[in-house]
Amino acid sequence: MQVPAQVEYEKAASVADTLTLLERYGPVARILAGGHSLIPMMKLRLVHPEVLIDINGLSDLEYITVSPDGSSVSIGALTRHAGLLASDLVGEHFQILSDAERVIADAVVREWGTIGGSLCQADPSEDLSAAFAALKGSMIITGSGGAREVSAREFHTGPYETVVGPAEMLTEIRLPVHSGGRGTGTGSAYVKVSRRAGDWAVGAAGAWVRMAGGQIEDAGIGLAALGATHFVAAEAEEFLAGRDMSEDVLARAGQIAAENCHPPADQRGPADYKKHLAAELTARALRAAVTRARGRTA
Amino acid sequence: MKITVTVNGADYTRDVEPRMLLIHFLRDELGLTGSHWGCDTSNCGSCVAWLDETPVKSCTVLAVMASGRRVMTVEGLAVGGRLDPVQEAFAECHGLQCGFCTPGMMMTARWLLDNNPEPSEAEVREAIAGQVCRCTGYENIVQSVLKASSRTDLR
Ligand SMILES: Cc1cc2nc3c(=O)[nH]c(=O)nc-3n(C[C@H](O)[C@H](O)[C@H](O)COP(=O)(O)OP(=O)(O)OC[C@H]3O[C@@H](n4cnc5c(N)ncnc54)[C@H](O)[C@@H]3O)c2cc1C
Ligand code: FES
Ligand code: FES
Repeated sequence: MQVPAQVEYEKAASVADTLTLLERYGPVARILAGGHSLIPMMKLRLVHPEVLIDINGLSDLEYITVSPDGSSVSIGALTRHAGLLASDLVGEHFQILSDAERVIADAVVREWGTIGGSLCQADPSEDLSAAFAALKGSMIITGSGGAREVSAREFHTGPYETVVGPAEMLTEIRLPVHSGGRGTGTGSAYVKVSRRAGDWAVGAAGAWVRMAGGQIEDAGIGLAALGATHFVAAEAEEFLAGRDMSEDVLARAGQIAAENCHPPADQRGPADYKKHLAAELTARALRAAVTRARGRTA
Repeated sequence: MKITVTVNGADYTRDVEPRMLLIHFLRDELGLTGSHWGCDTSNCGSCVAWLDETPVKSCTVLAVMASGRRVMTVEGLAVGGRLDPVQEAFAECHGLQCGFCTPGMMMTARWLLDNNPEPSEAEVREAIAGQVCRCTGYENIVQSVLKASSRTDLR
């Protein structure tokens, strides 16, 4: 029987209240969002918080909105996976997120797991970490002194580690809506290989592109579970920028992504197989993103 | 810690440790053993109950998180001795063998039909993708949910 060790419980009423509680208890306290990563970790005694600060009452952190000038979309940290999947706004601008959400866990888990919890969990296999990195998003981290904005590509400092300080919390994820000029179009996609429905990735790749006619103007590539630094295939992105789209170019970008990531061998597969996945899934995600971008050209 | 949870319409106040999981609260504190405790790792879905309007794997939430909220378990499906259409459909279509997965399957099925009264077969399969049945091969479970969805008296 798996049960967590003894722990105290506080229910936060607001962001300010959460920050006060975090300051009062110090690093022995942990934020409890959906609990779908934290409670399993506590059951396995992999983490030993002394106090849980339940933020499920902070319904004002559950939102998906577009900025007045249309240049960015903001996602509240307590938005559930199911909310992201159901959002028309997300479906219109960021198909990569809808693709990813369809293969994250299962329908019941998606009702409770939160976007903020996923990112702060910082599991090297977390799908959304790769997707937000591909989209070149940013995270809003709030402390008692105010809020700061950190690039999605600098948010994770290592497995299960982020830049969020012990007296801070993640409050929002912000995504740029790259509309580009006339004649350009953007598209994105996410592809994942897993052993069975609802399981973590053996490997996964997400891609975002901005196309101007036959040219790839700009690209973002995120990799999950494949040992990519900050979940990003930076060298492949650099290779793609400004190149004319062709199957050879996509295949080469995949190879570059594979050469620059360091997947661990584990029960989900050997390292060389995961490198193969990095190459193949990068190319597939790019291909799908390009097709979508062409369908949306202004 | 003192909590009050409304379970199947009735208020229960209990003094519990914050670390107590909702599944154990339901089974051990309230004696509601309809929700089954299976894998303990949020993978099998036999423990699915509703927290407010939403199904949850009750082995992966704390009882204290349910304080002040409503919980519905399989015991709350039948009303006034009359089975829910989902329960009747499971009986008619042989949607269970040993019955271990059944309460969780029915709670998720009921939620699906409340939100999508005419699901496709693919949508039924997707809704129960996080739940494991070791007996039926799923075919009859899917048929049961589709049968329930075809009933005109679906509440
Ligand atoms: C059966 C199952 C299958 C899964 N499959 C997948 C999968 O395929 N792909 C995938 O990517 N994920 C998967 N997950 C993980 C799931 O996405 C995460 O468990 C979940 O979304 C984490 O969110 P949570 O709200 O439950 O976080 P919690 O468990 O509540 O918190 C996780 C961590 O983040 C911290 N935290 C939470 N919110 C904040 C905040 N706002 N600010 C600062 N710190 C915070 C907590 O203190 C804790 O350390 C799976 C989970 C389960 C149970
Ligand atoms: S016992 Fe909760 S999912 Fe298996
Ligand atoms: S009926 Fe036996 S596990 Fe489903």
